[in-house]
Amino acid sequence: MSFKLPSLNYNYNALEPHIDARTMEIHHTKHHAAYINNLNAALDNTPAAGKDLEGIMAEISQHPVAVRNNGGGHYNHTLFWEVMSPGGGGEPRGELMDAIVKSFGSFGAFKDEFSRAAATRFGSGWAWLVKNENGLVVSSTPNQDNPLMDLADVKGTPILGIDVWEHAYYLHYQNRRPDYISAFWNVIDWDAVSAKYRG
Amino acid sequence: MAFKLPALPYGQSELAPVMSEKTISFHYGKHHQAYVNNLNSLIVDTGFKDASLEKIVMEAEGGIFNNAAQVWNHTFFFESLAPEGGGEPQGDLARAIERDFGSFGKFRDEFSKAGATLFGSGWVWLVKNSSGSLDIVQESNAGNPMLRDLAPILTLDVWEHAYYLDYQNRRPDYIGAFWDIINWQKVGSRY
Repeated sequence: MSFKLPSLNYNYNALEPHIDARTMEIHHTKHHAAYINNLNAALDNTPAAGKDLEGIMAEISQHPVAVRNNGGGHYNHTLFWEVMSPGGGGEPRGELMDAIVKSFGSFGAFKDEFSRAAATRFGSGWAWLVKNENGLVVSSTPNQDNPLMDLADVKGTPILGIDVWEHAYYLHYQNRRPDYISAFWNVIDWDAVSAKYRG
Repeated sequence: MAFKLPALPYGQSELAPVMSEKTISFHYGKHHQAYVNNLNSLIVDTGFKDASLEKIVMEAEGGIFNNAAQVWNHTFFFESLAPEGGGEPQGDLARAIERDFGSFGKFRDEFSKAGATLFGSGWVWLVKNSSGSLDIVQESNAGNPMLRDLAPILTLDVWEHAYYLDYQNRRPDYIGAFWDIINWQKVGSRY
């Protein structure tokens, strides 16, 4: 069985003005789709074909680099679409908020640390909010790596991620990555992030 | 002494349609300029304060290396281009390409493939190695082949900011168009 491009829970223009429709459409139908096509091609006729994506991530160091790059690309983009919503923004509540306060001191302190991780990732990559045995931590990974990968510096379950490849924001924000990161806070679906936190 | 953004050897609109004026205005006016500004603020109060750009590229690490190498790489890249560029190299470089790749067409294919397959942000380079032969190498992010004792001859920026406004996800189309604006006279002089 091969991987398929998941559909979004909202229209391409639904996240405007924070993320524009053209960016969303190209990001989903071209970039994400290409990772899936390349992943399927890389897994075709190998023992890993048919394994679930999380399982592949957990042993990614044993796979060819094409599986790492494209499998990561598929996992990361799928999570990214899921943690955004036109009705997003604000702050989390309940258990997740308690955990953020416990790990970072305050929501504001978490927001600053996550934004800084996203702004300072040099080149292409992602910033993450990760749940692991230490509670919640912020990390960033290059290219399409992620915290599920056995080779990640900070390992755990990603519950929120922001794509800071230039393709995620260049049509609308060009070199102004910090403006894109600020806007991202307006579209975070904290219910979806909370659900990932609860597991 | 602070580094300055070097002037472009052509007008910002002159590489169109291969690279639009808007792309150059951001790539040169914002990205290249930001690397220069960041480098200048990072080296204040360090041993690199009065160092040459090459020395910083060769010896620095972390943020200082990233910004210094991006200044160097972009300067080298923009100087490799010309509105009336394209065609094929002449003379010694043409003979060396034929000797080491078989033909200009084979070199072009191999260089283009290296650009298309570099995953993430980075640069593809035509270099001369210590034994005098030509090679094609990929470097991620701010990577520069001088650190591996390879002399840069030509480079192509495949960071998405280099082509996204004009080509979006179609990096191969950007690479295909790049061949029309290479300044082979300048590139040949480096060989």
